[in-house]
Amino acid sequence: MDSNPKEHGRRAAENAARTSYGRLLAYLARAWRDVVAAEDALAEAFAKALDVWPKQGVPHNPDAWLMVAARNRLRDGARARKTREHMARSLSVLMPTEGEELPIIADKRLELMFVCGHPAIDPAARTPLMLQTVLGLTAERIASSFLVSPDTMGRRLSRAKARIKDTGIAFEVPSEDQLGERVGNVLEAIYAAYGQGWDSTGSDDQTRKGLTEEAIWLARVLLDLQPADAEALGLLALMLFCESRSAARRAGGRYVPLAEQDTALWDMQMAREAEETLRTAGGLRQPGRFQLEAAIQSVLVQSRMTGADRRLQAWTLHGLLAQTAPTIGNLVGLAAATAEVHGPEAGLHELAQLPEAATIDYQPFWALTAQLLQQLGTDRQATERAFQRAIGLTEDGAVRAYLIGKSMQQAV
Amino acid sequence: MQYMLMFYENEAEVAAQRDTAERAGPYWDAWNAYMGALYPSGIVLRGDALLPNTMATTVRLEGGKRLVQDGPVAATKEQLAGYVVIEVPDLDTALSWAARSPSSTYGATEVRPVLDLSNQG
Repeated sequence: MDSNPKEHGRRAAENAARTSYGRLLAYLARAWRDVVAAEDALAEAFAKALDVWPKQGVPHNPDAWLMVAARNRLRDGARARKTREHMARSLSVLMPTEGEELPIIADKRLELMFVCGHPAIDPAARTPLMLQTVLGLTAERIASSFLVSPDTMGRRLSRAKARIKDTGIAFEVPSEDQLGERVGNVLEAIYAAYGQGWDSTGSDDQTRKGLTEEAIWLARVLLDLQPADAEALGLLALMLFCESRSAARRAGGRYVPLAEQDTALWDMQMAREAEETLRTAGGLRQPGRFQLEAAIQSVLVQSRMTGADRRLQAWTLHGLLAQTAPTIGNLVGLAAATAEVHGPEAGLHELAQLPEAATIDYQPFWALTAQLLQQLGTDRQATERAFQRAIGLTEDGAVRAYLIGKSMQQAV
Repeated sequence: MQYMLMFYENEAEVAAQRDTAERAGPYWDAWNAYMGALYPSGIVLRGDALLPNTMATTVRLEGGKRLVQDGPVAATKEQLAGYVVIEVPDLDTALSWAARSPSSTYGATEVRPVLDLSNQG
């Protein structure tokens, strides 16, 4: 994709706009302690720029120009509301006097990310809030990715912003004793954005594509500002590994499972960056779940590229991961790794231990069950039932078609 | 909360998917599997599949005069092909079931809350 210069140019412009937006918003929201007011002021500043720049030319320092315009707007708003004490406090931080050098805008996006991931914010709002404030995505776009109505998403975001203002959440990097947990929240939120994008990668719906890129971008911003965080590095490595295979996941619209992917379509440059990132993380000696997940991906890549048998290694890592984070996804992943090492029966035995309430609507559980039952070949009816569930629960037309094809194989 | 999931299909596209026995198989397999996942979860209150809109007849009374037309109310590309009414805790759950419907892949699925008369009094 990057070989296309036009596409490359579009992305460069998009990234520049994204960086500006996030930095400006973080700066203004922090100074004003009001995300909504900062967003409104910034939106007006951008609108003004669209009006003025074509006539007067793009200013020497566009970001500073936008910042001054937004700040003036905030000041006017504050005057109108006659909140004088508030104004005095905020403006002293913000205002360069006339004629002074345009301000250097300090990057406060890290602080903004910590606000978005604050424990006082509804967990369901953290990722959307981060996507909107740090990257400037619209509520509509975020809503579709999260499969909620735009109305609901709008309300969720408004509530979260009101909470930031009303409860006075500090725009700060947390102190050492809280840092671990708070970074954890931020990483979870970024990973959630990636997950939403991943589910829809390769789907025909263009509007739902691309949150994977946004998530990777967020992780890079975080690491720019916090470079020695092992789990943040682990998360970036994990996402890069997954992303490096995105071109191979579909062939002519058809779903291609990992084991059958054409490795020539993998983006090896990205995979190498993932590998290096993971190695850097390992050197910091702070193990964690994202590093484990990235390590599993690394093993996967190695075994596909070299043909070496790494199933035992993968199984061990899955076991550690399931211990560290016993989510339904990780437990199903462990069962799959177990089946690889000890055969389908052992995998099915592990799947049978999982609580029904967690598995009844969980598509990967049924897909794995169907596949293992098919391998075992002893219970045709149960196999068919499991395939039915897996097919019925997927959202993805390509996966649906693939599973229907698979389920036929035994019927013959 | 009760929601009606209305499955809209693009009839031309569906016809293309069902034009040979080979292709009709996967079409029906997808629907069977979807219903096969929906019903056992115990949330379906009722539901039906409908015959194509060429079988529809529309009745209006205009100024006291009967007006009967062949075809559906609105001749849009996507037509109502079936529905289920489900009982789920919230809209988010209803939307996740809507997303899994085959009609969402090649048509659209509309989710509407059902008017609850028991709460009106």
